[in-house]
Amino acid sequence: MKILVCISHVPDTNAKIPFKDGKPDLTGLSFVIAPYDDFALARAVELRDETKGKLTVLCVGKADTEPTIRKALAIGADDAIRIDAEPIDAFFVATQIAEVAKQNQYDMILMGRESSDYNGGQVHGMVAAMLGLPCVVPCMKLVLNGNIATMHREIEGGKEVIELATPFVAGCQEPIAEWKIPNMRGIMTAKTKPLQVLPAVSVASAAQVISYEVPAPRSSCKMIDANHVEQLVDLLKNEAKVI
Amino acid sequence: MNVLVYIESENGLPKKSSLEAVAYGAAIGSQVIALAQSDVATADLGKYGADKVLQFNTSTKLEASQIADIVAQAAEAQNAEVIIFAKSILNDLAAPMVGVKLDASVASNVIALPDLSKGFVVKRGVFSGKAYAELGMNKAKKVLTIKKNAVTLTEKNKSAVIESFNPTISTSPIQVKETTQKTGDILLTDADIVVSGGRGLKGPENWGIVEELAKTLHAATGCSKPVSDMDWRPHHEHVGQTGIKVSPNLYIAIGISGAIQHLAGVSSSKTIVVINKDAEAPFFKAADYGIVGDAFEIVPKLTEALKRAM
Repeated sequence: MKILVCISHVPDTNAKIPFKDGKPDLTGLSFVIAPYDDFALARAVELRDETKGKLTVLCVGKADTEPTIRKALAIGADDAIRIDAEPIDAFFVATQIAEVAKQNQYDMILMGRESSDYNGGQVHGMVAAMLGLPCVVPCMKLVLNGNIATMHREIEGGKEVIELATPFVAGCQEPIAEWKIPNMRGIMTAKTKPLQVLPAVSVASAAQVISYEVPAPRSSCKMIDANHVEQLVDLLKNEAKVI
Repeated sequence: MNVLVYIESENGLPKKSSLEAVAYGAAIGSQVIALAQSDVATADLGKYGADKVLQFNTSTKLEASQIADIVAQAAEAQNAEVIIFAKSILNDLAAPMVGVKLDASVASNVIALPDLSKGFVVKRGVFSGKAYAELGMNKAKKVLTIKKNAVTLTEKNKSAVIESFNPTISTSPIQVKETTQKTGDILLTDADIVVSGGRGLKGPENWGIVEELAKTLHAATGCSKPVSDMDWRPHHEHVGQTGIKVSPNLYIAIGISGAIQHLAGVSSSKTIVVINKDAEAPFFKAADYGIVGDAFEIVPKLTEALKRAM
């Protein structure tokens, strides 16, 4: 199996995002593989091992994303592609992925259901539409039997078991696999694994952020005595007016 | 401006989220076209602002790619500039596919009406609920998925013209082998009130008090990530950054400490109530109302007090 996993380079999800001059100030924050992409990568490493296949990771980003890409190599990807451009919007990123995929005939293209920075959840659907491939989101289990994949897909209030043949695109989420932590051998070999840097295909911007707003903190929490829960009922009814 | 709204239904009626999408369309468009399967009742669509209902037939449950096919064909036939979906698992995937088919700008998780004075600018959550971004949509056509409560439902009392539509629907290579879905329960993403439990409840056998409170409030039940990781509750109830993001009118958290990843999934709730025995739990800083104490005593008392008051 030839597998492509697309990863986003995002601020650590434990981090508070500081805003300066109305923009997120990401300097000094530590960056990670976006959590959902990390799940996709973990399952892809297992599937690559099972099928003795090849696993490539792709990231659209400038040179500062390379430590994150190296981490994916340390976790187990065989090689990596970096598209040398700022990931300006979902359409731009999807176009870059589709371009690479057209030249490589992957059996599956996996990524997270959404990134944890811009939360668009659009790239998988766009890539699938651009390539004319089926797409499954959110994929919570992925088992291969020859070229037939059996997946669990979350639906509102439940799940479905579905089947489809490769090639396909999937947007993954837990519990598809446990996150993998790179071991020492992985970290050492990651340094010498191939990381190809490619120029971006030019694409006009479809959408851009004009300004940011940080939600106003909630005015201080009103504490209610545990022995007088009826006060809470009264406040919800007459003050918050939500019941 | 022609606006096309894709309608999802349940038991033959448009979902409330879809009616909100119609209301959203009516607030910005001159001509609102609702696109619905022919077995969906049309009265409410006109009531909330649809000028026309475009009806199509299908015998199978649609995949996202098929929804995208149908919507893109309808958008072209109706000269729609803006296409609106209510947020749902299938619609979230269909929207970017429509974006590619129509060469449109796509915005997901939109939480308010657009600012048309600066072009077409929408507000949406970013950094997993830690901030909002005003997003300018540059292309001539726009595709939006809107979150619950993005617009208030206002009655326009139009009587929509019904027109039939025969799109070409390609077959999907995805075969559904098995479906497990709880029916009769209020869905997390649709619920006006959500009651969630965390590790503080000590075990799945103790969920009765959460369910009883939820039942009293006609609320959906949710849980924190550790709870779904330990299989105390199913994954589709997991609320948070890597689970479901909710924006109800009232969110009640019981025995949840309030890790930043959980807060990311609930921060757009209108009112938040936290019940926790640890007065230092970080969730209290993000709450409107709090009670410090033993959930096993407080929750049943709260349920009783609500039953008396409602």
